[in-house]
Amino acid sequence: MAGLTVEDLKKIKAAHQATATLREGGFRAKVTVHMGTCGIAAGSRKVMTALIDEVAKREIKDIVITTSGCAGLCSREPMATVELVGKPPIKYVDLNEEKIVKILTEHVLAGNPVKEYALVMGSETTY
Amino acid sequence: MEDLSLHILDVVENSILAGAKRIEIKVHENIAANLLLIKIKDDGKGMDEDTLKKILDPFFTTKRAKKVGLGLSLLAQAAKESGGLLEVKSKKNKGTTVSATFQDNHIDRKPMGNMAQTMMTLIVGNKDVDFLYQHKKGNLCYCLDTTKIKNSLEGVPINDPAVIKAIQKDLEKNLR
Repeated sequence: MAGLTVEDLKKIKAAHQATATLREGGFRAKVTVHMGTCGIAAGSRKVMTALIDEVAKREIKDIVITTSGCAGLCSREPMATVELVGKPPIKYVDLNEEKIVKILTEHVLAGNPVKEYALVMGSETTY
Repeated sequence: MEDLSLHILDVVENSILAGAKRIEIKVHENIAANLLLIKIKDDGKGMDEDTLKKILDPFFTTKRAKKVGLGLSLLAQAAKESGGLLEVKSKKNKGTTVSATFQDNHIDRKPMGNMAQTMMTLIVGNKDVDFLYQHKKGNLCYCLDTTKIKNSLEGVPINDPAVIKAIQKDLEKNLR
């Protein structure tokens, strides 16, 4: 089984340098997919995969995707928290692949929270 | 958990919460010996002996907000149900190693599941943690080491869309 070659990665590096933006290093949004035992059992990896696929497909470079542990609301998993710089974080509950893509499009990229999937507008931030 | 790749994701999330900087995930399908071995080794904060004794108790957790700690208990159950065992070794401030064995052809042995999705979730979600994933099956061996990938990228972030696509393609090609 052949692995990733150094040449493949060098090509990516060259392409990256050609398109590097001023925003590099900074990010304007952070999406945290809750990945505790409860979340994983409820399907949070599918939600994460849908999000990764969409970000890769649309070549979005200025958002950070990360994972966290159990938030203490296991019955409403899969969950995700969206934080836009300067805005209160919003927790989304009972997610699936379609819902997270809608949240990415409408909330993360366009700035309009998807109220019907949201649990609550919170006040704590992790950045 | 439906399959072993979800158990692996769950246990590695523990390593990340324990502050690990490098996590080695080894899956060895030894068909000749009818043995499946999953080994997860981290360099996180580790556990003292008292904690180590309690970790397979589903009603033990180190987190104050919770009353249950199911991750390792569920993996131990999955191993036991298929004629295997779970072993956890840990040293305070040194790290933890979780090894699970399974009788490979046991009727109750859970399927491997989608390791590509598990690795992508870990790599993209934790860009500052390094992962080694080694999967051996008979004579075949697949190895993904994000330390090496990061070195070759020379500063391009590992969660850059182009890098994500390349790693994803590599995983999917080699893991069917």
